[in-house]
Parts: sequence; C-alpha cells; structure tokens
Amino acid sequence: MIEATNLVKRFGPTVAVNDISFTVAKGEVLGFLGPNGAGKTTTMRILTCFLVADSGTATVAGYDIHEDPIEVRRRIGYLPETAPLYNDMTVVDYLNFIAEARGIRNGGRKAAVDRMIEVTSLKGVTKQSIGSLSRGYRQRVGLAQTLIHDPEILILDEPTSGLDPNQIIEIRELIKRLGEEKTVLLSTHILPEVSATCSRMIIIDQGELVASGTPEELSNQASREGTTVVSIRGPLPEITSTLAAAPWVADWHQVGESIGDLHRLRLRGSEGRDIAEDLFRTVVTKGWSLAELYREQVSLEEVFLRLTMSERGDAAKEERSEVNPE
Amino acid sequence: MTNTLTVFKKEFRTYFASPMGYIYITVFLVATNWLFLRGFFLINQASLRGFFGVLPWIFLLFVPAVTMRLWAEERKVGTAEVLMTLPLRDHEIVLGKFLASLAFVAISLALTLVLPITTAIIGSPDTGSIIGGYIGALLLGAAYLAIGIFASGLTENQIVAFIVGIAICFVLLVLGENIVLFTLPTPLVPVFEFLGLGAHFRSISRGVLDSRDIVYYLSVVVLFLYLNLRTLENQR
Ligand SMILES: Nc1ncnc2c1ncn2[C@@H]1O[C@H](COP(=O)(O)OP(=O)(O)OP(=O)(O)O)[C@@H](O)[C@H]1O
Ligand SMILES: [Mg+2]
Repeated sequence: MIEATNLVKRFGPTVAVNDISFTVAKGEVLGFLGPNGAGKTTTMRILTCFLVADSGTATVAGYDIHEDPIEVRRRIGYLPETAPLYNDMTVVDYLNFIAEARGIRNGGRKAAVDRMIEVTSLKGVTKQSIGSLSRGYRQRVGLAQTLIHDPEILILDEPTSGLDPNQIIEIRELIKRLGEEKTVLLSTHILPEVSATCSRMIIIDQGELVASGTPEELSNQASREGTTVVSIRGPLPEITSTLAAAPWVADWHQVGESIGDLHRLRLRGSEGRDIAEDLFRTVVTKGWSLAELYREQVSLEEVFLRLTMSERGDAAKEERSEVNPE
Repeated sequence: MTNTLTVFKKEFRTYFASPMGYIYITVFLVATNWLFLRGFFLINQASLRGFFGVLPWIFLLFVPAVTMRLWAEERKVGTAEVLMTLPLRDHEIVLGKFLASLAFVAISLALTLVLPITTAIIGSPDTGSIIGGYIGALLLGAAYLAIGIFASGLTENQIVAFIVGIAICFVLLVLGENIVLFTLPTPLVPVFEFLGLGAHFRSISRGVLDSRDIVYYLSVVVLFLYLNLRTLENQR
C-alpha cells in the first residue's frame, strides 16, 4: 500500500531523513519508532505530500507522491503531530469544511459529519469553538478530520500523545479496530503501544532506518546476542577450564556465590549464537548436572535503547547493520 | 472551482468568526468617515474627491492587516499541514484565500456607500466619477491584497507579514507619486507613473475606465499570487 524508496530530506545542513526505504502492506499496522528528531514526522510529511523529498520517491495506493500528489492525498487520512486545528471554527463548521474539501458534498456531507461525531464521541461539543476544547477533545476532532472520508490509508503522528490513560486506551482500541480494514502507519514514543497496536515496527534514528520487523522478531534478534544463564552442579575448576576452552563461548562470568557445588553462570555465545544446546550437551558428556538453563529475555525497551541511544559511534553502526535484517 | 469555493467559504467565515473582522471594518469606516466629514466642513464641499484621494493611503494600512493572517497563522498554528494535505491544489487554495479577502474589502467599501448617498442628497456629485472611484478602489484593493497575501506567505509572524505587506505596497505606490516623480528625469516620469499603483486609480476615479488600467491591476494581482504560489512550493 505504501512503498517508500530511498527518501532523503534535508533542512539546510540537517539531514532529517537519510535514505529511508520501507513498505507497508495492505491491512498492516506499522509502528514508526525513534527518538526525538529521528525523522518520523518528516517522513510522514513526505508521504502525505506536505513536504517534497529531495530525492527518492514513494507510491501510496499505487500513486506516485511526485506525479499524483492529489490522488495520494485523497487516499490518506492524516493526523499531524499535536493535531493542529482552526481555533476560531466550531467543531461542526470545521468538519463540514474538511468534508467539502474532501469532495463530500450536499447530502453525503451531513451524514459523514454526523457519523464522525458519533465515532469520536464529540456530540456534546459540536457547537463549541475548537479553541475552547481540551487536549483530548482536540485530538478527537483531529481524528474525525482524519477519518471523515473513510480513507484506505491512515497516517497518524503520535495519535495518543498528551492524552490521559483512559483516552489512550480508547484511541488504541479505535486504531486497532480501524487496523482490521485499513492500512495504518503510526508513530509513537510509547513502546507498549507498539505491542498493543502494531503488527510490525520500524525503528529510525538520526534519519536512518536501523531495524524493522515484528516486535517479537526484533526482541528475538536482540536476545540472540543476549545472554544465557545456567546453573551447573559440578567441580568448579573443571567447569571453568572447559568453558574457557569452548569455541562457542564468547565470554562468561559467575553470578553470585557458589552454593556448595552449585554454580550459577552467565554466558554469551560467540557470534551471537544460541548456546543452550551446546551447554546442555557439554554438561551431559562431562557428567555434571543441570539445575537451570534459560535465555535472558530482552524487552522492547532494551531493543529500542540498544538501537538508538547507546550506539552513536562507528563501532555501533557495524553492530547495527548486523541487527538490521534488510 | 468548487475547491476554490470551499476555501473561500472557510476563509470568509473566519473573518467574522472572531471580533477581528468587525474591528477592522469599524476602524476603516471611522477613518473614511472622519476624512470625508473633515473635507465636508473644512472646504464646505460635498465631494468624494478627498475620500478617493486618501484611499490609497488608508488601504496601505487597512489591506495588509486584512491579509496578514492568511498564511502566517496557518504556518504558526500548523493548520497549513492539514490544509495542504487535503486534495486541493495550491492555486485553488491561494485563489480561495484571495477571493475571501477581496470579498471582505468589498464589504468594507460597500459600507462607505453612505458617503456618496449623503453627497447625492445635499449636492449633485458626478455619478460617473463615483462609480469609477469604487471600481478603481476595488481594483486597487485587489492589488494590495495580492501583495499582502504574498507577504503573509513569507513568514509565520503576522506582524512581520503586516509590515512587509505595507512596505511592498508603499514602494509600489510611491513609485508613481509626485514625491518620486519630481526627482526623476523627464523621460522616466511616464514610465514610473505607469508602474506606480496610484496613477491608474486616479484615472479610473476620474470616471475614465481605460482597459490599460484594469490590465495593470490584474497583472499585479496575478504576479503576486503567482509569487505566493512559488513561495509555498519552496517551503515544501
Ligand atoms: N521545517 C524544518 N526546518 C528545519 N529543520 C527541521 C524542520 N522540520 C524538521 N526539522 C529537523 O529534522 C529533524 C527530524 O525532525 P522530525 O520532526 O521529523 O523528527 P521526529 O522523529 O518527528 O521527532 P519527534 O519524535 O520529536 O516528533 C530534526 O532534527 C528537526 O530539527
Ligand atoms: Mg515528530
């Protein structure tokens, strides 16, 4: 549904979007993650034809953003960051304007506006001027604006920011429901939101795409280079020398004190491999016994931090390309 | 066309959605009536000549105030992002905004029609020059409006848009006025007089509807609306 290829956008010396490519399949809900200033908003603005990419292109619902911007916009419902609205207009005037601009005129218009007021629960405030609404209501008006023409594609820039927990849940439910029939691209800073609403996620940092996959895939990839914890009953000197000699162990250390002849160790496999089986086999051949063996789970937060925060150096870039499946 | 109409309606309503529109009109009416009455009592003459004489200068302050909001506010509040991701072409939006501001100025002018009616009751004014004056005022206003919209597109700050609008209008107006014309070598005088915004208005308000004057104002309108479009393109 959305196919972005090598998008680049500069603002003077800052490269806001640097060679980003990705696709969003029909019916998919794609989460767009990244720290502040990563380039999420800029990418979305390019896709909605608000900004023009310096190079690269994208097709939305089969239409090229450079060739057919009007057709692209027709098919997108876009909720900009912080939902900018005309403060002097009343809610109903605003929705009427949007409907008309979207080509919904005459009889269809009233029906569409009424439906949106219903869906986003704006009934009590329709005659109020938008400037007098609370943050949550403004966000709903923004959503109504986004959905009024029943678009195939939704692009939502931080749809739940600034809302109270109840409203966040409400909006997430709405997005989930919409995601069943529509293609959604949404950006967020809130990681649980990704697991809650998205079928796939993309992480960008400093204008570059650093990872993409389902939330599970990404934490699996990260935990592949994660650590394994094992408790072995056996003679410590022999265990020590065996592990030191094993080619599949990158490094290891003991966790806590030994309890009698029970030793708890934390290991990292060489080249990020899964060493659970190797460990099991060694313990069996050596005639020790195994009290516990597990891989440490990596949370989505850790994945995100690892990909974006801690790795600003060149060494990090290399590691990054390993994690990135594309 | 329907798209332009949609934008027109939105912009036109916005003028009257806040007190601003009413304040503008009130100030405009107070200023024009005061100038008219001053002429009436001072020279004891029921004529609109004084009114039309100062109109280009009143417009200099009034018109950029009418247009300063049109783009600057959209950029500042961020609504430009909504407006410009609707399936509307840039020129439809620009035209809609321009026509709405023109309608606003036309209403303001229409409210000054009390003045010619008054003069008609107490004297016998030259109807031709009054009709010409109003047509000229609308054309002059349209040119100022296009300049004002262009200025508004340059910045997020309404005050900056206002001042830049005044500055451009002032330069184009004063270009053809005596203050500048006196300093010029004789062969250049007609050229500058033609380029200036005021001379064409003067000739129309004498009751002479010359197509060259009309073409002049329409060209200024088209030029500045086009420049506005280019500015929008560059900001994308
Ligand atoms: N109009 C602009 N002019 C200049 N620089 C800009 C402009 N818009 C964005 N930038 C810069 O581009 C970079 C990316 O900004 P962008 O708004 O896309 O980030 P983001 O991922 O949406 O961040 P956030 O999570 O804070 O919303 C930033 O460094 C920002 O300062
Ligand atoms: Mg953003």
